[in-house]
Amino acid sequence: MLVSVDQDRCCSAGQCVLTAPTVFDQSTEDGYVQLLQERPEPALAADVRLAAALCPGRAITVSESA
Amino acid sequence: MTSPDTDTAVPRTTDPGPTLVLPAEADGCPFDPPSAYRQAADHAPVTRTELWDGSSCWLVTGHQEVRAVLADQRFSADGRTPGFPFLTPGRRELANRTPAFIRMDDPEHARLRRMLTTEFLVKRVEDLRPALQRIVDDTLDRMVAGGGPADLVTEFALPIPSLAICLLLGVPYEDHEHFQRQSSILLDITAAEEQVAGAQRELRSYLAALTADKRRAPTDDILSRLAVREDLTTDEAASTALLLLVAGHETTANMTALSTLALLRNPAQAARLRSGPAEAKVAVEELLRYLTIVQLGLPRAATEDLELGGTLIRKGDGLLCMLSTANRDESVFPGGSDLDLDRDARRHLAFGFGVHQCLGQPLARAELQIALRTLFTRLPDLRLAVDEDQLSYRTTMVVHGVHSLPVAW
Repeated sequence: MLVSVDQDRCCSAGQCVLTAPTVFDQSTEDGYVQLLQERPEPALAADVRLAAALCPGRAITVSESA
Repeated sequence: MTSPDTDTAVPRTTDPGPTLVLPAEADGCPFDPPSAYRQAADHAPVTRTELWDGSSCWLVTGHQEVRAVLADQRFSADGRTPGFPFLTPGRRELANRTPAFIRMDDPEHARLRRMLTTEFLVKRVEDLRPALQRIVDDTLDRMVAGGGPADLVTEFALPIPSLAICLLLGVPYEDHEHFQRQSSILLDITAAEEQVAGAQRELRSYLAALTADKRRAPTDDILSRLAVREDLTTDEAASTALLLLVAGHETTANMTALSTLALLRNPAQAARLRSGPAEAKVAVEELLRYLTIVQLGLPRAATEDLELGGTLIRKGDGLLCMLSTANRDESVFPGGSDLDLDRDARRHLAFGFGVHQCLGQPLARAELQIALRTLFTRLPDLRLAVDEDQLSYRTTMVVHGVHSLPVAW
């Protein structure tokens, strides 16, 4: 699983941090999403997929094959 | 109804169903969306409805379709967009005044919203938990000291988020009676245009004066940080502060009171809240889903022809996105008409979706988790002090809830 984020689409609602806090964070400078790990371990996959689904700005992309 | 669209690739729904006039009247269980909305949802995820002025409007009831509209900025949130649906003349009046960013589209919306994003970061709100717990403890102490019975709305549910948002925003809490009275008018869809205009004028001038004070002598709060910005006018700062003040206390207050009533009706479920902070988090998501207090539908207007759930939406069509029925959508929440505090309800849309999704949601969650868990842990014998049929509900308010909730313990 490869994760990427698009800060231009981020609306800082914080859903990703609540759902997968070891993968996503928010910058204290500007509130934008920060990716903590691009290739999270399989145990985190369900949380990461949910975080992508819940993201109101659709700023998170998950590539399963990569 | 609508004219046929034989010239387009996307067909309109063949049977649009009976025309529903909005807003539908509340009936049945106070926790359920009005039956007219549920019937519309059963019929199709997108149905044709009518507004007070005879104009037509799409009612969007399905989870997937509500998400699709709210995530797509071709559906405008700006009240000045042609076709924008208003539930009453009072709501239209509100949109005609200088709007806050909730009624703007990008890029203006993003410019103003982004000035606030660091204020409500998840970790910043986590740091606030001890302060929120103190507010909850002190408020509950005062209520209990009164001996009871007490009105849970005025003694507990309303003071907690009001104290919290006043603290964060930098608004003196001693002015709460004034701003609470005015904000109730702003949220009452039956309020006449003059009343709405008056309440908005009152609150805006109050907040503009406060903004000017903060500019002269800034303190450590959101309003001061807005006031000293050179890229923000006093008017814009006051509009933003008004949005935060109203959204910051009305929603959490009504969620707290209505959740308490729902839990008193389901005592076995209240145990879930007491078991621990992690369980309280899960429980609050389900309460947010089940109660969905933003009850009247989020308004949007299409800025181009678009397909939605197999239906063609024309440029200039208005839409109302019903969060309440989306949150009961059986394809996402099986058995969703029941409250089940063990459910993983995180796909709920109680905070909306898309770029306008609630900015204060980490704060709202923390307040609800702490307030409800503390209430039911400290007062295990909490009960209604009146017959349930004596309660009256906020059926004509933008934010659903109960007007007063007499309790004993």
